[in-house]
Amino acid sequence: MNIQNMILTLQKHWADQGCILMNAYDVEKGAGTMSPYTFLRAIGPEPWRVAYVEPSRRPADGRYGENPNRLYQHHQFQVIMKPSPEHIQEIYLDSLRALGIDPLEHDIRFVEDNWENPSLGCAGLGWEVWLDGMEITQFTYFQQVGGLECKPVSVEITYGIERLASYIQDKENVFDLEWTEGFTVRDIFGQPEYEHSKYAFETSDVDMLFHLFNIYEKEAIRQMDEGLVHPAYDYVLKCSHTFNLLDAKGAISVTERTGYIARCRNLARKVAQTFYEEREKLGFPILKNGKGNEHE
Amino acid sequence: MNMNKSDLLLEIGLEEIPARFVLDAANQLADRVRELLTEQHIGFGKIHVYSTPRRLAVLVEEVNEKQDDLHEEVKGPAKKIALDENGNWTKAAAGFTRGQGKTVDDIYFKEIDGTEYVHVAKHIQGRNTMDVLINLKEVITGLSFPKNMRWADFDLRYIRPIRWIIALYGSQILPIEITNVKASNKTYGHRFLGQEIVIREPKEYKTALLAQHVMVDYEERKAMILEQIHQLENEKNWHVPIDPDLLDEVSNLVEYPTVLFGSFEKEYLQLPEEVLITTMKEHQRYFPVKDESGRLLNYFITVRNGDANHLDNVRRGNEKVIRARLQDAVFFYEEDQKLSINDAINKLEKVVYHDQIGTYKEKLQRIKSLSQYILQQLPVSKEMQEHTLRAAEICKFDLVTQMVDEFPELQGIMGEKYAVIHGENPLVAKAINEHYMPKNADGELPETEAGAVVSIADKLDTIASIFSIGLIPSGSQDPYSLRRQATGVVQILANKGWNIDFTALLKESIKQTVKFSKRNEQEVFADMFSFFQLRFKHLLAEKGIRYDIVDAVLEAPIRDVKSLIEKAAILDHKKEEAGFKENVEALSRVINITKKFEEAIEIDPGLFENETESQLYEAYQQMKSQLYETDPEQYYQLLVRLKNPINQFFDQTMVMVDAEQIRNNRLSLLKSLSNLIGGFAQFSMIIVK
Repeated sequence: MNIQNMILTLQKHWADQGCILMNAYDVEKGAGTMSPYTFLRAIGPEPWRVAYVEPSRRPADGRYGENPNRLYQHHQFQVIMKPSPEHIQEIYLDSLRALGIDPLEHDIRFVEDNWENPSLGCAGLGWEVWLDGMEITQFTYFQQVGGLECKPVSVEITYGIERLASYIQDKENVFDLEWTEGFTVRDIFGQPEYEHSKYAFETSDVDMLFHLFNIYEKEAIRQMDEGLVHPAYDYVLKCSHTFNLLDAKGAISVTERTGYIARCRNLARKVAQTFYEEREKLGFPILKNGKGNEHE
Repeated sequence: MNMNKSDLLLEIGLEEIPARFVLDAANQLADRVRELLTEQHIGFGKIHVYSTPRRLAVLVEEVNEKQDDLHEEVKGPAKKIALDENGNWTKAAAGFTRGQGKTVDDIYFKEIDGTEYVHVAKHIQGRNTMDVLINLKEVITGLSFPKNMRWADFDLRYIRPIRWIIALYGSQILPIEITNVKASNKTYGHRFLGQEIVIREPKEYKTALLAQHVMVDYEERKAMILEQIHQLENEKNWHVPIDPDLLDEVSNLVEYPTVLFGSFEKEYLQLPEEVLITTMKEHQRYFPVKDESGRLLNYFITVRNGDANHLDNVRRGNEKVIRARLQDAVFFYEEDQKLSINDAINKLEKVVYHDQIGTYKEKLQRIKSLSQYILQQLPVSKEMQEHTLRAAEICKFDLVTQMVDEFPELQGIMGEKYAVIHGENPLVAKAINEHYMPKNADGELPETEAGAVVSIADKLDTIASIFSIGLIPSGSQDPYSLRRQATGVVQILANKGWNIDFTALLKESIKQTVKFSKRNEQEVFADMFSFFQLRFKHLLAEKGIRYDIVDAVLEAPIRDVKSLIEKAAILDHKKEEAGFKENVEALSRVINITKKFEEAIEIDPGLFENETESQLYEAYQQMKSQLYETDPEQYYQLLVRLKNPINQFFDQTMVMVDAEQIRNNRLSLLKSLSNLIGGFAQFSMIIVK
């Protein structure tokens, strides 16, 4: 199965579970969790179900397109269900079946893996899912987001698309994966992988990036003070990505690192709090629509 | 009494419990069920504990259908209060019996400590077990786990979401409901090989689930894994070393184990063995495979959660994963070798050891200078000194390698490998690895002198640094595992038998922290010293030294670890010998009588009044002149020789006379002697029968 069909299959599967199918959020980020569709919507009492593909940028993982396993930008298929449904593990396993992975012919296990993202004030408990020894999915019950306790609890399912595809297509090199007929990952992402790696490690302007970090941070705070959560959060994401670029360039010493992570965390916490307050002012409209009990 | 009995089954079905918590949780559940039945006076038979990653279960055989009846005697008011002067029951008596559901006709008297009191006998009928077992709900929700979570809308914090509950007494279902789960008699087999089944009676539980590919007994799963591994060993002439922790973990990762093996390309065997083993164990929970001579082979063993069908798929998948992992390892190994030791050390300038203490580079400088200090106290060759100092100045360089970044547990081990590759002397390389030893309470100690010196220097520096910023371990709080490190220092010093002045060594280590220290040196020293005293105490106790002897030698000034241990060993050995008691009593007498006498003044022999005084004085002077440069054994012999002069002195001499000059002269003699005695041990603390 090529990647495109995998994505279509997963979309169909989760749409049938009542998920809103969304597209990637258009600001750079390191993981699907950072999309506002996850980070913000996991906060507060309103129900939420969503599935989307998220291109995730990790500048430090760039390898100029030469490493068979590592990418500057990979893809995650992200599912959020809030509150976490009762048979979520079975629903997930059905999605593997839909992808042609028959559990009876493999060894599938849920191995403890607790997830923490201190720079977003997030923590969750769950597993990594092993398929014949390979980690293919991160499965997490959010306990805290942006420093706020989750109630109800969301479950987050993150498939590593390239990882899973390399298994399904039995390819050793990620760039040989077929995206759709006639197109490989190399065709589509080969050049950008090289260029982004070169940019992140060699040509990026550190002074400019430091400057950007500061003004993004300032703007994030200013917009939060206005109660404008979403514009503010966009700038938080920009801060985070800018930090990752600086980190990849080795421009941030270990000591400073702690300081920058703390700045990102403070912003994230503040955004989370502001989002909650703004939703509360609106009277938690999704809850009022009565969708909260639909799946109980 | 003939009572009907039925078996009780409790099963909590959960989403996969972390392997490391499964056994404790199951045992806790069994303990709580046992407590409940005992507390509630319900007789029961044997208890079986079962667990898999998806279930915690307890089966109790032959649980009585009712609580035991209770015969209770309740004490009421005293007789004189219960009866008025006419011999009629008072209001107090009537009130008491009414409160107990009895009448005054039931009253009888019993004497307690010479006073008669009203009593009534009560018979409490046991309740039905079914009614009492409702309390199993609290048993289930009351389990405590090291890590808890919430799910959906529920408030319950638990190890993982609860999916089903079996609560069965005989064939009856107990009405228990937790979160949205109602107890039933239904359970679920293996995730893929089993299905939902009904357990009609508790005793069917184990066999019914086995038919659904679930082995509920952890020991049986473990035995089955071992058996299958042994079978492979025999077939292939392999030797598979079993790491018990890994075996425990994989036994708790599966409900139905099937062992299989896979292979990887031979070229990866060029990686250091430790890297291969760590990759297999830590990342993949594989058992590495060796040949009969103990050489690592390009095979691994893994355990599948399921049956033997389609094992080829599972093997292929696992081989793909390990290949990718080993590719990464090769990449790290090759990249790391491009980094010179010098460049690595320079990078350490940017690696913060602790934000209040400074960088690793600075720590290395302190380790080197403390190593130098230690070397000055030791009779080691010039060459060994040079090797030690080289090891000291580079011992942390591998912290910036990619391999150690990926596998922190390989620190030191990779340092040794890379140091050899970069042409360091093999002894220097070995010392780099050894300076992390001992890695745990009964871990291996450094073999080389260089490794031992750097290890002591590194650990003492860590302790002194952390103490100097005021982060002293307390209770269970020891985030930098300073206790283990202090124990390591003591063990190495004892093992090497080096007589390094311990007090001076501590002071030297503290001296190096002035740049960042937040406290004054004397305070840090006092804290560090008492911290180490406790380690000494444990060390001596572990050597089997009797506790009073441990306390007695620790009360004496500690010069060096070697002589401390020797002194304790001598006393512990001599304690069985004839005359030990007399020796201790004589020496203690000197210590005890001068306890309150602060400072000896100069002894004036002209003030002696009898011969025993002069003899004791002579013995004292002789000892003092000989004590210099004696070993503990000789020291002890000198002390023994004091027995007679001491006893004769006390027989003939009254110390506390009125004449102040004479009294102080005698006390001064005894005090001086006491100081010599106390230098060995506080003999008055030794218990003699």
